[in-house]
Amino acid sequence: MMKTNALFKRRWFVALLRSFILLIVLELLIMFNFFNGFWVLTIMSLFTNIILATSLNLINGFTGQFSLGHAGFMAVGGYTAAVLALNFAPSLIKAGIIPSLHNVTLKMPWGLPDMFLPFAKAIAPGGIVLLFSLLLGGILAALMGFLIGLPTLRLRGDYLAIATLGFGEIIRLTFLNINYLGSASGMPGIPQYATVMSCVVVAIITVYAISNVVRSTHGRAMLAVREDETAAQTVGINTTRYKVTAFTIGAFFAGVAGALYAHTFYLVNPSIFSLLKSIDVLVMVVLGGQGSIGGSIAGAVLVTILNAFLSNFPEIRMIVYSVVLVMMIIFMPHGLLTVRDLFARFRPKAGEPDNAAPDR
Amino acid sequence: MLLQTDKLTKAFGGLIAVSTVGMEINPGELAGMIGPNGAGKTTVFNLLTGVTPVTSGSIHFDGKDITALKAHQVTALGMARTFQNIRLFKDLTVLDNIRIACHLHTKYGLGAGLSHLGRYAAEEKEIETKALSILSVFNLDRRRDEIASSLPYGAQRRLEIARALATDPKLLLLDEPAAGMNPQETMELMKTISWLRDKFKLTILLIEHDMRLVMGICERIYVLDYGQLIAMGSPAEIRGDRRVIEAYLGEEVS
Repeated sequence: MMKTNALFKRRWFVALLRSFILLIVLELLIMFNFFNGFWVLTIMSLFTNIILATSLNLINGFTGQFSLGHAGFMAVGGYTAAVLALNFAPSLIKAGIIPSLHNVTLKMPWGLPDMFLPFAKAIAPGGIVLLFSLLLGGILAALMGFLIGLPTLRLRGDYLAIATLGFGEIIRLTFLNINYLGSASGMPGIPQYATVMSCVVVAIITVYAISNVVRSTHGRAMLAVREDETAAQTVGINTTRYKVTAFTIGAFFAGVAGALYAHTFYLVNPSIFSLLKSIDVLVMVVLGGQGSIGGSIAGAVLVTILNAFLSNFPEIRMIVYSVVLVMMIIFMPHGLLTVRDLFARFRPKAGEPDNAAPDR
Repeated sequence: MLLQTDKLTKAFGGLIAVSTVGMEINPGELAGMIGPNGAGKTTVFNLLTGVTPVTSGSIHFDGKDITALKAHQVTALGMARTFQNIRLFKDLTVLDNIRIACHLHTKYGLGAGLSHLGRYAAEEKEIETKALSILSVFNLDRRRDEIASSLPYGAQRRLEIARALATDPKLLLLDEPAAGMNPQETMELMKTISWLRDKFKLTILLIEHDMRLVMGICERIYVLDYGQLIAMGSPAEIRGDRRVIEAYLGEEVS
């Protein structure tokens, strides 16, 4: 009994438990056809957006480097996934390098009842290809982030925003002009290997990794860069290194999200990864609150659901969208999660240090 | 010799802010730097710590040429500083301010940071223990979870010194540590500074306008005027130096 109690106090265990419950609830709802196809896609893009928002928050919110290039890194991941799935996967599977799990009749291992079959199916089809393309997409995007970050991160504020915007567009325009990548029409017909389950799992891993890094010495170094660069240098922090590190990690997860996107929506094309996508993600981060992981998740949920509901009214979509934005800026300038602080104000704080105490 | 500068010069365009300054500081010394406003004292600090690049001349620290090093590399070699206008990480907690300064001596890699596996737990515990022990020296451990900018002014000054100490320096540079303090606080600060030197085996160089503090605790004083070193010596020698009196002290010295 003591042991289980101790286990429940472990942060990672509680997080794992929560994510597991979330997964089961979602899978059950889908199993019993609670959602129609549109909402399943919305849920998948919701988790993709969570990945995008938390990873951008690492760059913008935690390290304080204003980046508008997230769609560019997402494009690198998306196109990597597309090329891998359409041009390489068939021959790689034929050659036996990637084991095929597609069209294999599944049997539950260890004599588990068939009730669990949908879970296994959710992971299995194309799972290996998906894993490959997520990793490769992430790595290539990270590489791009590293290469772009080195020269750009010498700039500050508005200049950095413009430079990253420019690089994002350069990446997109490069894809637009490569015939091998389908030019303007992009690459359609990517198999939908992503499932709700895989989207949730990848999102959980992302949130876990980024909230971990933020609470490590490396994350604190990034916070120091945001707070005061000169002070950070004089306590021995290599500020350039941590800016590039944050940029690279952020780009990695943006690439992963791009690959996930490609395997969710069957296609990639240059117009998906335009500046508007970067701004969309930025809105999630700012709405949720810069420098708050929970805020990024809340922002992603809000923006995705708002978009989903408004998709029926395309003519007023942008109007409502901007009204919500303006209201948010007026009433919650620090982001959604300030709601929590609002409530905290009415709660008596335990162990609040006595201000009247002598200060030496 | 712990610190030695040779013909240290800094020009901002046509303005020579610091001109051919030669300083020597021995291990364990408590040295002071004084001079009228705009004499270039803070610029010398910025040059020493690598915050601004040197125009010409050289700086040697602990046997190494650090003239061209960047600020974080200089800190890694064992030189820490505070700022004239306090530069804390304002929105972070008191504890985090110190933990950030412990970064220099933390060894676990990015992988351990991402996964919280490996050496993460052990080293984080070490960092926290070290940070708390430094905070308790400055009577700040009770305030560990407060946001730095919410601290009273005196506590912010102490926190900045604590943060500098967390990098395990050999040489501590204090830029006007008593600025904005009342006489009583200044007295306490004097005691703290000499106590720190003995406890942490430090060498200290400080800039100060408060003559009582400088004359009271410094063993050697450098006087800067218009970017040039016009005098150096013991407090008694400086008090009697005619150029110093002309340039800076005027009639105030009794």
